[in-house]
Amino acid sequence: MLLTHIGRYILMLKGMFTRPENWRMYWKEFMRQCVDIGIGSLSIVLIISVFIGGVSTIQTAYQLVSPIIPKSTIGQVVRDTMILEFCPTITSIVLAGVVGSKIASELGNMRVSEQIDALEIMGINTKSYLIFPKILAALLVVPMLVVISGFVGIWSGKVAGVVSGILSAQQYMQGLVLDFKPFNIVFALAKSYTFAFIISSIPAYFGYHVQGGALEIGQASTKAVVISCILILLADYGLAALLLKSS
Amino acid sequence: MIELKNVCKRFGDREILKGISAVMETGKANLIIGASGSGKTVLMKCMVGLLEVDAGEISYDGVPFSSMSNAERKHIRKEIGMLFQGAALFDSMTVEQNVMFPLEMFSNLSYRERKKRVDACLARVNLQDAHKKYPAEISGGMKKRVGIARAIVLNPKYLFCDEPNSGLDPQTSMLIDKLIHEITVEYHITTVINTHDMNSVMEIGDHIVYLYEGRKQWEGTNKDIIFSRDEKLNQFIFASQFLQDAKEMRQQELLNQRSSNHNF
Repeated sequence: MLLTHIGRYILMLKGMFTRPENWRMYWKEFMRQCVDIGIGSLSIVLIISVFIGGVSTIQTAYQLVSPIIPKSTIGQVVRDTMILEFCPTITSIVLAGVVGSKIASELGNMRVSEQIDALEIMGINTKSYLIFPKILAALLVVPMLVVISGFVGIWSGKVAGVVSGILSAQQYMQGLVLDFKPFNIVFALAKSYTFAFIISSIPAYFGYHVQGGALEIGQASTKAVVISCILILLADYGLAALLLKSS
Repeated sequence: MIELKNVCKRFGDREILKGISAVMETGKANLIIGASGSGKTVLMKCMVGLLEVDAGEISYDGVPFSSMSNAERKHIRKEIGMLFQGAALFDSMTVEQNVMFPLEMFSNLSYRERKKRVDACLARVNLQDAHKKYPAEISGGMKKRVGIARAIVLNPKYLFCDEPNSGLDPQTSMLIDKLIHEITVEYHITTVINTHDMNSVMEIGDHIVYLYEGRKQWEGTNKDIIFSRDEKLNQFIFASQFLQDAKEMRQQELLNQRSSNHNF
């Protein structure tokens, strides 16, 4: 069963690479997906980033009780946890829910209502026209959302720290620049590209292969989100073990 | 002309199509009729290439279609228009965008030329004032008409209609049938219609293929059907007493017509 799914998934990905029937239409679809995934998810990404940043500052301060640890360490810890873990992983898990379920239900609905068959009969490669732009758009837009999430999260950490009187803005800024490793940004981007691929291709697979009716669309959508989340966590561990251990 | 030679299709142990041979003629409405589960939809899906046949051959004007690869089929597929049971309109597009989609994808026409063609197709199906509406905002009959407009926008040589009357009231059903028949004659295309609507059979059935349990049970025209002695066909077509009475009346009418033609 698992092997069948893996085989069909690989065949689906392989089937996407054909010459487009009309570049302009594919570009239009790609832009539509960029707007759907990017603009459509921006508000939820901003909201979770604000709260994650704020909570990170308060909880770090709560745990750093020793008087010999400078307050600026809080800024450093918040910066690294946001860049290394929270922004790419939490944002992607939320996006797996928002974007993943949308992709799976959109394609599932198109399959059930014979819209995919209609495109096939016209001579259009539906894997290439419907799935490839979604994956490309996710690969472009998700890393952007992760970067935005990083900036917003770190900024909200500062605001939460200052407002609650934990540390001054200056102390927080000192922590932010302390012992900064640019590789962390590369690591976060590597994660976001991997997660972007997962949250677009896995729901596309489940949506594209739906058989049945409304009930099956819902089931495919749920399955797509659950499996995307599990794969994100597995990839998170794998990338951390591979990239951070060696650095 | 679409020719089917000994077409077979099975799903696992179930044999759905058992060696069907028929010729779908150009300029005529070719109806495939049969009870639910008789293999009509599977046959149509094989004909348009959505399903692969296990044995036999389907050819379009002498060009073998079923043995071609997907890439090779592309040029034939551009000559196929299809009306689906639920119309299969793209939800995110307006009526106008739905009809324009095949033109945008496959033609090099300017926007003005495309718009002109779309307007003409929508006018042909009597939908002049629904351009900006979304599929969710129009009725079932209107959706079918938009589906027909989209199917004919590229001037296809072959038109397939899967249950064009399902879910429609009798009056709208007749309008859709009439429209499909007119388009078939006007554009001189090969039209294949899957139906179990008896009005359609009697009104537009230029050529009828009756499937029974995956086999071709009977073939003829809507005039022949009245005099058919095929028991299974008669049970299927004239299922109710009302329809049997109608059949006898029509038989008598045709016989009278024939004898008056002889006398003349």
